[in-house]
Amino acid sequence: MIVTVASGKGGTGKTTVTASLATIWQSKLLTVDLDVEEPNLHLFLHPEIETTSTAEMEIPVLDLSKCSLCGKCAELCQFKAITMMGKFLMTFPDMCHGCGGCLAICPDGALSPGRRELGEIIRGRAGKADFIMGRIRIGEAMTPPLMNIIKDEVAATIRENPMDVLIDAPPGVSCPAVTSVIDSDVIVLVTDSTPFGFHDFVLAWEAFSPFGKPMGVVINRAGLGASEIYRFCADKSLPVLAEIPYDRAIAEAYSKGQVITTVSENLRELFVTLKQQIENLAAGAGQEADHA
Amino acid sequence: MDTEIKKIAVSSDGPTLDDKVDSRFGRAGGFVVVDVATMTGEYIDNGASQVMAQGAGIQAAELVAGAGADVLLSGYVGPKAFQALNAVGIIVGQDCDDFTVREAVERFLAGKVPAADGPNREGHS
Repeated sequence: MIVTVASGKGGTGKTTVTASLATIWQSKLLTVDLDVEEPNLHLFLHPEIETTSTAEMEIPVLDLSKCSLCGKCAELCQFKAITMMGKFLMTFPDMCHGCGGCLAICPDGALSPGRRELGEIIRGRAGKADFIMGRIRIGEAMTPPLMNIIKDEVAATIRENPMDVLIDAPPGVSCPAVTSVIDSDVIVLVTDSTPFGFHDFVLAWEAFSPFGKPMGVVINRAGLGASEIYRFCADKSLPVLAEIPYDRAIAEAYSKGQVITTVSENLRELFVTLKQQIENLAAGAGQEADHA
Repeated sequence: MDTEIKKIAVSSDGPTLDDKVDSRFGRAGGFVVVDVATMTGEYIDNGASQVMAQGAGIQAAELVAGAGADVLLSGYVGPKAFQALNAVGIIVGQDCDDFTVREAVERFLAGKVPAADGPNREGHS
């Protein structure tokens, strides 16, 4: 089972939920921090780092002396990574999405494969769980290429050694967030019960529901006052899987880098129940698929 | 300023010389390409660049170069667009967004808009 913890708004509690679930997860688990622009799961899970590797992507390198200025590559590139400016061919390697089309179409052999560093991939162990995270290179504009390399490593890992996967996603509803949720079996949307939280939660629901994956909601800082969220969930038949209370003790534990399941037995129980709810959600979707 | 300058492209909110300069370059609504000798303008639509996810500045630079402009006047020009314009020798004048297209051209011809030696806007993703 692959579970992605996502949200519309940032700061709703994705990492709090992911770290808490990781600590109560009994079966074999791979925890993944896909928020490569600002990974922070490691601050709570304190993994022992075993390997750090550099992730790269293929980009074109231009040899102008071989270029006949036919312009085919510039015409092909949808991302303006290659452009014809009058009689100049220019490349903008940081715009490249790595499709390789320009290398294939060049009739002159003027383009050869080069590398652009995307960032690093860090692997280790956090307690009983495997741990993997990415960290984007400063200045790198796009995160999905690095995220996809991490996802490939995750897929290879669970192919060899089947286990559950728990993904801490980046916030938002654009390409990075979609890259995180698109291959998961269950999406857990974390929101806080504020008007801002609700607004971005609806965006996330709109962005992710077309994938038709089972989705459930964790309401953080419950009791802060925004009741729209409950009406919305009831209206859309979105199950509320857990409610984390608005509690100073939680904020204090978080500020010290503690997983909040350590705050009280009640909170620990809350996440044990949440895990069960997530499993039920996944199983329910499986049954529905069987009936279909 | 030498006498080579025949055409000045200005990022514009509208199609005439009396429309306001669009502060944006890559995502400008369009460009008025002004013939300096006659002070008449020809409008090029930039709608295709406005809807691009990325590379709008580079595409707009292609458009301006394709129109045969010697000078580009705008509000803010980013690093990649600047590099592209620079490569084909187009002079870039920035911070023209408080003026109409006509005023921007007149100011440039009067030497009141310095040729930029670098972009005045950070790149973004």
